[in-house]
Amino acid sequence: MSADPTTAASANGLAASEPAREDDRTLYWSQWSLTWWKFKQHKLAVVSGVLLIVFYLVAIFAEFFSTTDPHAYNSRYTYAPPQAVKLFQSDESGWRWRPHVNGYAAATDPVTLRRTFEIDEQTVIPIGFFVEGPEYRLAGLIAWNRYILGAVDPSDPFFLLGSDRLGRDVYSRIVHGSRVSLSIGLIGVVMSLVIGITFGAIAGFYGGAVDSVIQRVTEFLISLPTIPLWMGLAAAIPLTWDPIAVYFLITVILSLLGWTQLARQIRGMFMSIKNEDYVMAARLDGSGEMRVIFRHMVPAFTSHIVASVTLAVPAMILAETALSFLGIGLRSPVISWGVLLQEAQNIRTLANAAWLLWPGAAVIVAVLALNFLGDGLRDAADPYGSN
Amino acid sequence: MAEPSAATLLEVRDLSMHFPVTSAGVLRRVVGQVKAVDGVSFCVREGETLSVVGESGCGKTTLGRCIMRIYDPTAGSIRYRTRNEGEVVDLTALDGRALRPYRRDIRMIFQDPYASLNPRMTVEEIVGEPLVLAGHPRNKALHRRVGDLLEQVGLRREYMARYPHAFSGGERQRIGIARALSLNPRLLVADEAVSALDVSVQAQTINLLKKLQVEYKLTYVFIAHDLSVVEYISDRVAVMYVGKLVELAPTRALFARPAHPYTEALLSAVPIPDPRLRKKVERIRLAGEIADPSNVPSGCPFHTRCAYSDGNRCVREVPALRTLEDDRQVACHYAETLELKGAPQVAT
Repeated sequence: MSADPTTAASANGLAASEPAREDDRTLYWSQWSLTWWKFKQHKLAVVSGVLLIVFYLVAIFAEFFSTTDPHAYNSRYTYAPPQAVKLFQSDESGWRWRPHVNGYAAATDPVTLRRTFEIDEQTVIPIGFFVEGPEYRLAGLIAWNRYILGAVDPSDPFFLLGSDRLGRDVYSRIVHGSRVSLSIGLIGVVMSLVIGITFGAIAGFYGGAVDSVIQRVTEFLISLPTIPLWMGLAAAIPLTWDPIAVYFLITVILSLLGWTQLARQIRGMFMSIKNEDYVMAARLDGSGEMRVIFRHMVPAFTSHIVASVTLAVPAMILAETALSFLGIGLRSPVISWGVLLQEAQNIRTLANAAWLLWPGAAVIVAVLALNFLGDGLRDAADPYGSN
Repeated sequence: MAEPSAATLLEVRDLSMHFPVTSAGVLRRVVGQVKAVDGVSFCVREGETLSVVGESGCGKTTLGRCIMRIYDPTAGSIRYRTRNEGEVVDLTALDGRALRPYRRDIRMIFQDPYASLNPRMTVEEIVGEPLVLAGHPRNKALHRRVGDLLEQVGLRREYMARYPHAFSGGERQRIGIARALSLNPRLLVADEAVSALDVSVQAQTINLLKKLQVEYKLTYVFIAHDLSVVEYISDRVAVMYVGKLVELAPTRALFARPAHPYTEALLSAVPIPDPRLRKKVERIRLAGEIADPSNVPSGCPFHTRCAYSDGNRCVREVPALRTLEDDRQVACHYAETLELKGAPQVAT
């Protein structure tokens, strides 16, 4: 023990405490500090987290991060292949810094009359950062006309990831599509979370007959085959509705079916924690029911909820993509990754314009990153478990 | 049963806690009852330590939880003499808000020091929680009070900013004791309070409990299965078997000369540290398992395992808890005639 005569332990001669570990800051760490510390050790999750922050920033400021207006079509450049960005240009005076892409040389097949594009090494389209282009409203609010990357002359063709059948820029459309696709997951999960927490908490806390009823309803919903059900529900949305209303309704449909897993997890957590001694102690201390739930029980699994939610978002994103791909979810002119993938449905397109599959890559990266992040959060969620 | 005297703090009368056994399936019909506590009566005297001992599953924890009113007993009364001199309330008749003032007087120390502290709260929040709920404002006085309580249980006051994960089992149990002490209780129900701790830490914790008992004039109901701990701490010992009280006697008398065959068997199971002495003492090995509390044997519940059973009266007739001379109670038909062996004298 320390030489401090005021400590009761030495005064009582009880030799109470372990050897002094006073310098260790971790002794004073709260649950969140411990969770963060453990999360940081999961490198893949941290990388995924950073990547997702970038994704969501891009989604919020999609106008700025695209290269042009995603709705602008150009009949001269339909199914134009991607252009490689070149940073240096050689001329008489040698190599010099000049970011550019090469233009296209169009040729028409005399037999099939199909137009094909060749990259024309002779035409140079200078590109630059923060170039001016068509005006837009950033995040729908601030009027601006700068693009992070673009052709110096907006009328020049610049298709980073190629163009689609109407000559629209695939890259800009993916960037704009992330807005709907990434947000539908979040909003849908928040709605499922509210439903799931309510039912899960009621079932887990009160148990008995209420629990049985909620469990049977959950099992019924889980047993429904999802795709036909989505199709039925989505087909019920009137075609004349505004795209925003359709978007909202799709979210509602996804979350009405997606809350069951969350509800089960939350029920399980309530049931396991309900009988913990410290919850009992809180009751004996005189805590009311609400205080027991919100002060003593919910903090014990907020981190688990965060992890479950993160793991539920990709399912929502995939569901939206699937619905839109099948043509029963969102429809043009709304841009989402699923809507974009719908363009890549037939074999002819795939054979001639494989770059239309790029939205799929965006879906895969986003879903994988969310899964890794969720894994890391889940492992970190219980810092008292191991270690 | 004697009437509660002035010194009686808590009187338990014919207390029963029967848990229904329901069938599987949707209808959940009641198909039987587990008699975890069945017609138990005893008094707890102010300032004493009453230990309740017995095998696992004998109902001692359920008894403690009934006193705490974690469970609603199915029958019987728990009469508690309040601070208002002479006033006696029946705790089983009270509920919710009416029970609160007595919950401050009767506090619990839990068995598992790891499960009984909320890992998401600091020690200051844990120990201060009962005070805050009792209406204490969150101010410097509360901070000082928590610090004083920590020092009372032998922890430094600086520890209050820490979370439970920073403490060892013994230290956590001290935090639990500080929480129990925070409202100046009169009765502490300690449910296996030291059985999860190392032997050396057990001794420290028991010494702390003894010290606090003197300082705060506390009364303990000490639920335990370790008889060496019980012998050290308690004034009187109650022995339970399958939900029933079989013997209640002052500690020294019970250890020297048990009056119930089950007590004798329990005492002979206490490990003896001296190997030479161990050879001399014959250990009574009970046949079979503890009886099923959902299907209690007829007559004396212990007759199925008892070496002294007569096979007749013991099987047919339930022995009542009788008062013998010098403050002892026993539930055995042959308590006066049996010559039972006490615990071996380790000290001599």
